Amino acid sequence: MTRNRAIVLARIGVVAGAVVLVEVLCRLGVINPLTLVAPSRMVFDLAGILASGDINRDIAYTATTIATALVLSVVLGIVLGVAVHALPRVRRALDPLLASYYSVPSFIFYPLFVAIFGLNTFPLIVLGMAFAVPAMMMSTMAGLDRIPRVLLKTARVHRLNRWETATRIVLPSATPYLFTGLKLAIAYAFIGVIAGEFIMASAGLGHSIAFAYEGFDNHTMYALMLFVLVVVTVMNMSLHAWEGRLMRRRIRA
Amino acid sequence: MAVVHNLAAARGVPPAPVATLRGVTRVYDGERRVEALGPIDLDLAEGEFFAVVGPSGCGKSTLLDVLSGLSRPTSGSITFEGRPVEGEVPDGVGVVFQEDASFAWLTVRDNVAFGLRRAGVDAAEIARRVDYAVGFMGLADFAAAYPAQLSGGMRQRVCIARTLVMRPRLILLDEPFGALDQQTRLLMGDELLRLWRETGATVLLITHALDEAAMLSDRVGVMSARPGRFIDLVETGWPRDRDSRIVSESRFGALTGRLWSNLREESLRAMGSKGAAA
Ligand SMILES: Nc1ncnc2c1ncn2[C@@H]1O[C@H](COP(=O)(O)OP(=O)(O)OP(=O)(O)O)[C@@H](O)[C@H]1O
Ligand SMILES: [Mg+2]
Repeated sequence: MTRNRAIVLARIGVVAGAVVLVEVLCRLGVINPLTLVAPSRMVFDLAGILASGDINRDIAYTATTIATALVLSVVLGIVLGVAVHALPRVRRALDPLLASYYSVPSFIFYPLFVAIFGLNTFPLIVLGMAFAVPAMMMSTMAGLDRIPRVLLKTARVHRLNRWETATRIVLPSATPYLFTGLKLAIAYAFIGVIAGEFIMASAGLGHSIAFAYEGFDNHTMYALMLFVLVVVTVMNMSLHAWEGRLMRRRIRA
Repeated sequence: MAVVHNLAAARGVPPAPVATLRGVTRVYDGERRVEALGPIDLDLAEGEFFAVVGPSGCGKSTLLDVLSGLSRPTSGSITFEGRPVEGEVPDGVGVVFQEDASFAWLTVRDNVAFGLRRAGVDAAEIARRVDYAVGFMGLADFAAAYPAQLSGGMRQRVCIARTLVMRPRLILLDEPFGALDQQTRLLMGDELLRLWRETGATVLLITHALDEAAMLSDRVGVMSARPGRFIDLVETGWPRDRDSRIVSESRFGALTGRLWSNLREESLRAMGSKGAAA
């Protein structure tokens, strides 16, 4: 316990140290304010932007887009994973494609999505999903692959029907893998949507960051970047804590 | 647990077989064809304690799979309580597998209660039976622990308890004490004998320990190297209320000696064909 606490403290120390260093360098004028504004100034600017409410619409827009892409990705990823797992031939055909999937820069298709669906949330959702679905799908398949056969036999000895087997044996048994898939899907949905907005969009956080960048509005740009960073970090940490609570008892101490 | 009297035996009539196997074989059809089992002919008498010994890879677990209905025999027929067993596990059959089958996401208590909850037994009865089984298996101090916190032998005991609380009429055990030390193994054997006497269940125990087979069972089936057939059926002739102390009887040594002389050659054959069986 105390050892864990020491690790956490060290981690916070590293981040805090880096922030303080940047702050000092900015204050001393070593770093040009046109390149990077001081961290304290970012917080100040962000507080101002959030208080003014100017950015609320964009936040809501991006959050909705990401949430939609995420939910669809998780559902579709699990459904596809289960289906492909059940069809070994399809699986054999698909495996090499899935394995090399992330070597294709999906962003190059974004203009195509925009051309097809128009400049609205839809191509962004598709882009987020293009990133997140395969991760969820592969994690689901990995989870299903690793269910010990003896557990499925145990299900049959207890005369469970298919639904009971799925919910009481398969799902809990695959949970660690589904969690991995979920974490990846969240990260990918964020990346896909915000980067898509950055490239081409009419609203959203990514769009606002790009807009500030093009208008040499460093203060807004860095404040919004800080915002995205904080949101992603907080989300990841909560998810990590949740997973830790769920999984601790399943791992040998 | 209630004492179930074997009525047929009490009347002096030979009891009807609980399970029968006739000409049962099992071939695994994979990339390579493996003739794993048989042909097997066997009658398990009601209330009998039957042990199976045989060289590694001879088809013991395969026998358990087809007898329990988990897989279909390639040829031959199987019945349980007079009804054919066909690709489904009949009600009243309990199985403890060779591999660890504990549910990592449930506590020991919830593992043991799993089947009872499923069967809709009322909560008080579940609590009573689970407490008894958990205590019986020496897991009382670990009732709230998760399998990851237990040793391999303790996890196997969780699986035994999970099976026993269902009060199966036919209990199939595949090397359940494999992960235990010799002393614990003898004591668990005693517990199993006590349980067998109290419930009147029929037991088929697969084991690689010849002394365990000789001590626990009414009858020992000795299997040949793969494809496993019974090359000897040995009646032990022990009284029903026996325990591990019979290991000091002279007849016990004679029994294990007979089992070994049967098995030695088969084991050598199994070792020789290891490449093919692996
Ligand atoms: N699912 C399977 N597919 C193909 N071959 C199998 C399968 N299961 C078992 N076998 C083969 O069938 C033979 C018998 O296996 P089985 O597990 O029944 O042996 P066993 O007597 O239980 O061995 P052990 O004492 O090591 O537990 C072995 O040669 C094994 O390789
Ligand atoms: Mg086996």
